[in-house]
This record gives sequence, C-alpha cells and structure tokens, in this order.
Amino acid sequence: MSGNKEEEDPRINGIKTKIRVVPDFPKKGIMFQDITTVLLDPKAFKDTIDLFVERYRDKNISVVAGIEARGFLFGPPIALAIGAKFVPLRKPKKLPGETIFEEYELEYGNDRLEMHVGAVEAGDRALVVDDLIATGGTLCAAINLLERVGAEVVECACVIELPELQGRQRLKGKPLCMLVEYR
Amino acid sequence: MFAAENGLKGDPRLEAISAAIRVVPNFPKKSFMFSRTGIMFQDITTLLLDHKAFKHTIDIFVDRYKDMQISVVAGVEARGFMFGPSIALAIGAKFVPLRKPGKLPGKVISESYELEYGHDRLEMHVDAVEPLERVIIIDDLVATGGTLSAAISLMESQGAEVVECACVIGLPEVKGQHKLKGKPLYVLVEPSGLDEFC
Repeated sequence: MSGNKEEEDPRINGIKTKIRVVPDFPKKGIMFQDITTVLLDPKAFKDTIDLFVERYRDKNISVVAGIEARGFLFGPPIALAIGAKFVPLRKPKKLPGETIFEEYELEYGNDRLEMHVGAVEAGDRALVVDDLIATGGTLCAAINLLERVGAEVVECACVIELPELQGRQRLKGKPLCMLVEYR
Repeated sequence: MFAAENGLKGDPRLEAISAAIRVVPNFPKKSFMFSRTGIMFQDITTLLLDHKAFKHTIDIFVDRYKDMQISVVAGVEARGFMFGPSIALAIGAKFVPLRKPGKLPGKVISESYELEYGHDRLEMHVDAVEPLERVIIIDDLVATGGTLSAAISLMESQGAEVVECACVIGLPEVKGQHKLKGKPLYVLVEPSGLDEFC
C-alpha cells in the first residue's frame, strides 16, 4: 500500500485486476478508472475494505468523511468496522441542514464541497475517503472543511492514485494511503 | 411492510434508529402544496453519525437477507450508497449502483421516473446484473415509490428477480402497502416528527 517499497499485500493485485478502465470518459483522452467492477466482485470489494480497516482500526479515528458519490461506497463500511461516525461531503444543496462549504478548482471553473455544521467536532480524528485521487483538489477541499471545524485529518485514503497528476503534493502535508496506482 | 409489524415489534434498535434521524423543515423548499417530503425532510446523516444506530440499521437488514440467497444489492444514488455496500459485504453479494444519467462510464440501460414536476432517469451498467440473479434494492426513504419502481424495471429488464425493496424510512403513504410494483417492500421506521401534521 501507499507507494512505500514494502512487499505488496497479495490482495492488492486481485483488486487491481477488477478495476475497469474506460477510455474517453467523460471526454476524449481520459482513461476513466471504473470501480463499479470491483463492487461486483464480493471478494475484491471485501479485500478493499479490509485493507483499509486493518490500517485504521487502531488509530483512534473518530470520523470517516466520504466524498460524494463514490466515497460513499467505501467510507461507510470502513466507518462501521472501525467504530467511527460517517460524514458525507456533498455537492452544493444536497445536505438539508446548515452547512459550511469549501470551493475547489475544476479544469474549467469551480465547484463546492459542503459539510453539515455540527457533524464533526473540534478534536475529532478524521480519515478522508474517495475512490480515486487525481489532482487532489477535492481532497484538499475536504481537508480544509475538516480543519476549519477543528478536526485533525490523520490521513487520506483512496483506492486508486493517478501519480502523474501529483495530487499527493496537494494534501496540505497529510499522508495518502492508496492501494493501486494507474500510470 | 414495516419491521415492527414483521417480527421486530418492540425491538429497541428501531427506536434508536428513529431517534437518530433528524427532521429538517422546509427542505428542499417551502412547499405550498401539501407535500410531506417538502415540509419535513428526513435527514439520515445524523443516523450515520451515531455509530451504534447505524450499525443496528445494517444488522437488521443483514439478518433479514443473509439466508435468502441474495446475489445482488442495488443501491439508489446517492443515499442508497450509504447503506447498500455494507449490507452487500455482510451477505456476500455484489453491490450495483443505480445512478443519475451520465455518471456511469460503461454501457448503460436507463429507466425514467416521475418527479413532483417533470421526470428523471435512473441508469445501470448493462453487465452488472445477470438473468435469474436474486436482487434487493436499497434506498434511504420511500415516498411515492417512483424511484424504486424504476429500479425494479431495470432489474427485470435484465431478467433478474427482485426479491424485495428495502428502505430505512417509509412515508405513511406506504403503510399497509406490502408491495411495490408487485414486489415486497420492507421498511424499518416511519418518519420522525410528523405527529403535529397528522
């Protein structure tokens, strides 16, 4: 895991082979990393969750924050297994209660990530989860939201990293744990 | 059918689940037509903040489905994603996301359904579900049943069998209704905070 030169856990190759790459989605030139095929394989999906749970269960994580929408597929099972709360970080206007937001850049223009006020408290130890890290813009916005309310972001966890986009450098010094690289 | 009428009467977990759901008035908008979902929004994010109550929710569904040879759990975007995968993992089933248009990257089939004003569409990857697979469909809440009906149609178009639809919350409209499009409907709790409106 994580790009260290440790021996790779044997479950990782099984997960990697289940990821489907879809060319030219959402537009020409992009090789889209489709994790829905991992979810179709109960063993590969379980291995994915287990790898993260094994890493985080003894780290006193009190919050798992998942980024809409694919972060919602991995975050809640991890949260349940490690005894943490799950907090969804959502696109604008989806959360019904009072929210705070953080803007982040897209290729063209900006978007916003929102979090409910009161969901995360000062002193919470947080894990941020998404299916993939590309430029790191969304994860950086997530880290900002959590830090603004006084939480400590312990780590970001993603199934897939696109290392050439250097998202790892944009996480405000927070470590990244990923399972599979795509170059 | 509601869980309390179907073997879980008096189960303290149901009360914990109900108590953990927050009611938000006037979301997404003030409704001038009397619409329960417009006036008192059932917010499950507070349930997800309560680890015990969240675990109870998953455990109740897992206990119900683990011996029913379910091979597919399908979850409706986005709040169905917060419950479905944990259930799928615990019962050894695949998880299939049912998504808004344009999100799934592969070849999809789609089904339209009605909103209060207008339509929307639900999409599924064509290769996700095989004929004769036994499916449960999960969402956080059932109101009119329009979205779930579209989901059932998607499954049946692939030759799969929908065994049941399961939701955490069911609006009073569905009380006494045991079936949706001919399929059984299983619901854990009624909405919180409706007393003064009934």
